[in-house]
Amino acid sequence: MVTTQNPAAPPALSLPATPPRRRPRATSGSGRLAALLVSPTLLVLAVVVLYPTIVALKDSLYGTPGLNPKTGFVNETDPFVGLQNYGAIFGAAGARFWNAFWNTTFLTATTVALETVIGIAMALIMHRAFQGRALVRASILVPWAIPTAVSGLLWRWIFNSNGVANALTGQHILWTTEGFHAKLAVIIADVWKTAPFIGLLVLAGLQVIDKEVYEAARIDGAGALRQFWNITLPLVKPALLVAVLFRTLDALRMFDLPYILIGAQKTSVETLSMLAQDQAANVRFGPAAAYAVILFVYVFLIALAFVRLLGADVVGDDGPARPRRRWRSHRRTEVAA
Amino acid sequence: MNTLSPKLRKGLLYAGVAAVVAYCLAPFYWMLVSSLRRTSDIFANSPFPTRLSFENYLAVLDPSESFTRALLNSVVVAGITTAVALVLATFTAYAMARLEFRFKRLVLTLIIATSMFPVVSIVVPLLKMFVDFGWINSYQAMIVPSMSFTLPLAVWNLTAFFRQMPQELEHAAMVDGCTRGQAFRRIIVPLAAPGMFTTAIITFIAAWNEFLIALSMTNKPEMQTAPVAISKFSGASQFETPFGSQMAAGVLVTIPLVIMVLVFQRRIVAGLTAGAAK
Amino acid sequence: MKSRTIRALQGAGAACAGLAALAACGPGGATTAGGRPTFEGRGPITYVAGKDASGSIQAVIDRWNKRHPKEKVTFVQLPTDPDAQREQMIQNAQTKSDAYTVLALDAVWTSEFAAHRWVDRLPEEQFPLRQMLKPIVETGKYRGGLYALPFSSDGGMLYYRTDLLKKAGIAEPPATWAEMKADCAKVKRLPEARGMSCYAGQFQKYEGLTVNFAEAVNSAGGVVTDAKGNPHVDTPQAKRGLDFLVNSFKDGTIPRDAVTYQEEDGRRDFQAGKLVFLRNWPYAYPLMAQKDDANKVAGHFRAAPLPGLNGPGASSLGGHNLALSASAENKATAIDFMKFLASQEIQRFTLSRAPGAPTYDALYKDPKLVKQYPYLPTLKQSILHAVPRPRVFRYGDVTAAIQQQAYAALTGSTSSAQALKDLQQTLRQQAAGE
Repeated sequence: MVTTQNPAAPPALSLPATPPRRRPRATSGSGRLAALLVSPTLLVLAVVVLYPTIVALKDSLYGTPGLNPKTGFVNETDPFVGLQNYGAIFGAAGARFWNAFWNTTFLTATTVALETVIGIAMALIMHRAFQGRALVRASILVPWAIPTAVSGLLWRWIFNSNGVANALTGQHILWTTEGFHAKLAVIIADVWKTAPFIGLLVLAGLQVIDKEVYEAARIDGAGALRQFWNITLPLVKPALLVAVLFRTLDALRMFDLPYILIGAQKTSVETLSMLAQDQAANVRFGPAAAYAVILFVYVFLIALAFVRLLGADVVGDDGPARPRRRWRSHRRTEVAA
Repeated sequence: MNTLSPKLRKGLLYAGVAAVVAYCLAPFYWMLVSSLRRTSDIFANSPFPTRLSFENYLAVLDPSESFTRALLNSVVVAGITTAVALVLATFTAYAMARLEFRFKRLVLTLIIATSMFPVVSIVVPLLKMFVDFGWINSYQAMIVPSMSFTLPLAVWNLTAFFRQMPQELEHAAMVDGCTRGQAFRRIIVPLAAPGMFTTAIITFIAAWNEFLIALSMTNKPEMQTAPVAISKFSGASQFETPFGSQMAAGVLVTIPLVIMVLVFQRRIVAGLTAGAAK
Repeated sequence: MKSRTIRALQGAGAACAGLAALAACGPGGATTAGGRPTFEGRGPITYVAGKDASGSIQAVIDRWNKRHPKEKVTFVQLPTDPDAQREQMIQNAQTKSDAYTVLALDAVWTSEFAAHRWVDRLPEEQFPLRQMLKPIVETGKYRGGLYALPFSSDGGMLYYRTDLLKKAGIAEPPATWAEMKADCAKVKRLPEARGMSCYAGQFQKYEGLTVNFAEAVNSAGGVVTDAKGNPHVDTPQAKRGLDFLVNSFKDGTIPRDAVTYQEEDGRRDFQAGKLVFLRNWPYAYPLMAQKDDANKVAGHFRAAPLPGLNGPGASSLGGHNLALSASAENKATAIDFMKFLASQEIQRFTLSRAPGAPTYDALYKDPKLVKQYPYLPTLKQSILHAVPRPRVFRYGDVTAAIQQQAYAALTGSTSSAQALKDLQQTLRQQAAGE
């Protein structure tokens, strides 16, 4: 066990880049073991997600019961309408749907891009900082730890017409009215809240990188930028990708923040989740479920694309060899030699 | 960076640290200041409270709000959710990172797919189910649905971290006579400690902030979580937003969490690494 | 605080003990006449509402529980946000749960809850409805039947600066919009009125906008929907109402910021001395009267009925009514508790603790209360002239459509004529879809 404690041990650097000879041994009986290890997770998810999802799928095929004009009461049973709810979303409610679709896509793309850049920067700084490390760690947790509802209220006041945002910038912008400024307010608040999420995960990714890799790179005369691009980024890539993936999925379902900060039914920031919520709030569970299913499909396609495109880094072994790995294998041979 | 003098590098680093801290804390500072203002000037824009007042904190901590109880409930719900999710996810992530089996990609895709359904749409079916189980006003009614968003996150995260760990060490240990489980526990877990710990924090905070499920599954004040309790604050009338007490509650919810994470971070990381040395 | 509560209740208690005993002890309390559903079962129940601001509800419930140890009432407190309250109540109905018994329904939810049969029709003859103001009672009715027992009301009033009006030589508060604008012009010539704006209401895109839009339309002699739920917003009267708001934004009578205002934003501006006139609810009265260094209007303001196009305007009605969840148990107890909670004595007590709009005529004339809340006689006039917000079972869609078009007109992205034309079309489609 002593060898394992030595971070300088050469094997510590080998990453699954070379075709592993070890496979036969490591995988003996692994099918059954894998089934055993994976099944509790799948079971829990089946209960809490699969079942409600199936219910929602079924609901999306039913319409909203009408009012019986004689009694004045709403009919007891929901009429089966087939795919009409979906038809209505793309037909009659099309303009509102596509507006929400583009808002969702735009807000997701901008917030996730900004969060990734800021998150990586935070992680790099935190990784380097030795003095004041605890302070940085503590402060980075703060935005992420404040409940969304509370931070939504906080930002609503900051962006009030008499709020501190206008006071500081000397402007008089009515942030909660329709327009690009409303989108901007949501982006600012969301990036503030969730950049730490990416920062924390990337930091953890940085911490498991062996210091030796950098030494070797420096010996090779690699500059800071090249080190970052050729070593740091590829090595934190799995952690970073997972962080970005989950941020993307979360951002695509964005609801509370625009709802609290800007308000319901504001065309500038209405997202797909807000549409689903709006239908459900007006007791139209069929259309609400249909919106949820469409959102689900959209999010799923994006996740699938992630897994396909970047799968090798996250899922693992069966993807094509990544060109960036070159550096690592190159370096390993050097050390070994 | 070789071109920069050490002094300049240090200076840049400090500037970076200051920027990160300022970025993260400036809005929080505003929250803190607002929570210390009087109700009558709660919406002032001065950088310090003109007159320091703890009335908002007194209002939040008033026994009638049972806010301390709500904090405790939040700790229980988020704590158990994190523990369970982490254990289940560790098993699964190990299989994903280390074992060869068919449908791996499918399983991973399935797991992530489950975290995509909007909570708004799953809450009513779940509510119906839990009413049948008699689970209303119970911790499990809040913990089990929280798995829907914490478990996929934890599985994916841990898979990424485990994959980053060198496999050779495990093999060496297994050659030395360790079982697969021992090799995993003694080698991988300590090495992946930063990743595991970060996953735990993120899971905990995600569960800690959950609102809709906790609101729907409880109707007794002694079972509500902190976000639910905050949503029930009110001003002196239905039109007044209880902004001051909400901000005070935000501070009260955030600060212990941050302190707890910092303390745990030292302890846990130290503990894990120490365990490996044996 | 507790002892004060008990003492205050003792006075009220003596009076309502008789009332409650009558209802609770008689066997007739559990059944109703005329083949309507009977209300049976006695035992513990719940009262479901958002937090009551005065803090007096718990004291009232404690009082009940002391007298009815076997029929205890538990207060289930919902979030403060009205949308969240409504969603929780609907969830309870959907799961046919017995967790909620007596619901505090917002006045505009009555039709929806009644039409879905989430709440039971109430035995009208058992409640003292005749002692209440008629427009308030109407908010609890759906298609002629009582589904929610009036518990509290609310009406809009025009708050105005007495000191400034007096200085400008104006004796009476304005009764029409034109008078209000003329008064403003006079006031703004005063040196101390520099930088002030004239008027504000609630114009953010939320329920308050529907209230303000409906008030403008009604005050110009129009209606939003008639008694049958049919829309009439493409009339000249409706246009004159909306035009008052649109033009006031254009000519600066209403400050540009007001398009983001909810109740509290306007109140803050009024108290900071930035507004001459403000449309708001009674809750603001005691707050404005509070002496405080940040409050510039204490002792210098009053409330008048809302102005209109050619005379006094018409207010919208707010407030909460008590309804009985259809899936609840122990409904006999529930009916008794509703009688107790909505009784005049309890309203007198809660009103003495926090401002509001009682439902009983007598309380508006009560000298002690009028002394405490000088707005009461004005409010009564306001409520008597009030027009209820549209009473349709899909109120959520109607109010969303109103907010959409009114907001577009106020922010200048459509003309008021086009907005009303579109609104009429949307509302008609909604009515046809029912």
